[in-house]
Amino acid sequence: MARVIVDVMLKPEILDPQGQAIARALPRLGFSGVADVRQGKRFEVEVDGPADDAAIAEVRKMAETLLANTVIEDFVVRVEG
Amino acid sequence: MRVGVVTFPGTLDDQDAARALRLAGAEAVPLWHADHDLKGVDAVFLPGGFSYGDYLRCGAISRFAPLMTELVPAAKAGLPVLGTCNGFQILCEAHLLPGALVRNAGLHYVCRDQRIRVDNASTAWTTDFAEGQEITLPVKHGEGRYVADAETLAELESAGRVVFRYAGSNPNGSLNDIAGITNEAGNVVGLMPHPEHAVEELTGAPGVDGRGFFSSIVRKLVNA
Repeated sequence: MARVIVDVMLKPEILDPQGQAIARALPRLGFSGVADVRQGKRFEVEVDGPADDAAIAEVRKMAETLLANTVIEDFVVRVEG
Repeated sequence: MRVGVVTFPGTLDDQDAARALRLAGAEAVPLWHADHDLKGVDAVFLPGGFSYGDYLRCGAISRFAPLMTELVPAAKAGLPVLGTCNGFQILCEAHLLPGALVRNAGLHYVCRDQRIRVDNASTAWTTDFAEGQEITLPVKHGEGRYVADAETLAELESAGRVVFRYAGSNPNGSLNDIAGITNEAGNVVGLMPHPEHAVEELTGAPGVDGRGFFSSIVRKLVNA
């Protein structure tokens, strides 16, 4: 078993009101020096076999098909470990 | 005239949709998400709600429902399809309409009566309106901000495919005040507001402006 991580983020040009709300909340909690926050999603995909090129390609296909909506989101696939 | 009304797990507005269709003189045919069967309907209504709990993204899971694998090719072949609210989100996720619907700019869930301008009165669902006519429909959504890349937006604008625009104030930060769009052929229409909730004064709706959607499709099917 291996774990493949997919990080999904809204494209930079798409307004992220959730990230903005978090950024506005931080100073109220005493955290200073935060210029911006953007919120995304992390998927942990456990694959049966090793995280070889074929498995990573398959996860990439999953990301394109379902995990991310590439109209509005970018994604990065990486192997944890 | 038989118009299918699709129910997914989490759909909320299917009964109102069916009622609105019956009031317009159509037969409302229940369609179940897990069936590979459009039951030979003449048009399809994808109503609002929270299909599959809005898990992952609104409409993202619904897109792969067995019924959708029948609906997508049928819509591409010309079957009239109307999606309201979650139905609009599903149409975008299924790539029957371009762009996507994301979290409202103000973060708040918005529930109010909204003025809308009809910018295209030639789609399958809008012929009973006049171009430029302002109507009032309820909106109720947390993720209704329409976004698309600049190229898509320019194409929608130049081809007259923006069917509805918010008038007065924009409830969700949609680009170009877009409330609803259509595909190239004009048979698939999606919008965030709810015509099916504005067909009877008795229910406290702002009026009966929603009736035009259903009379339009009935007229089209009768003349077909």
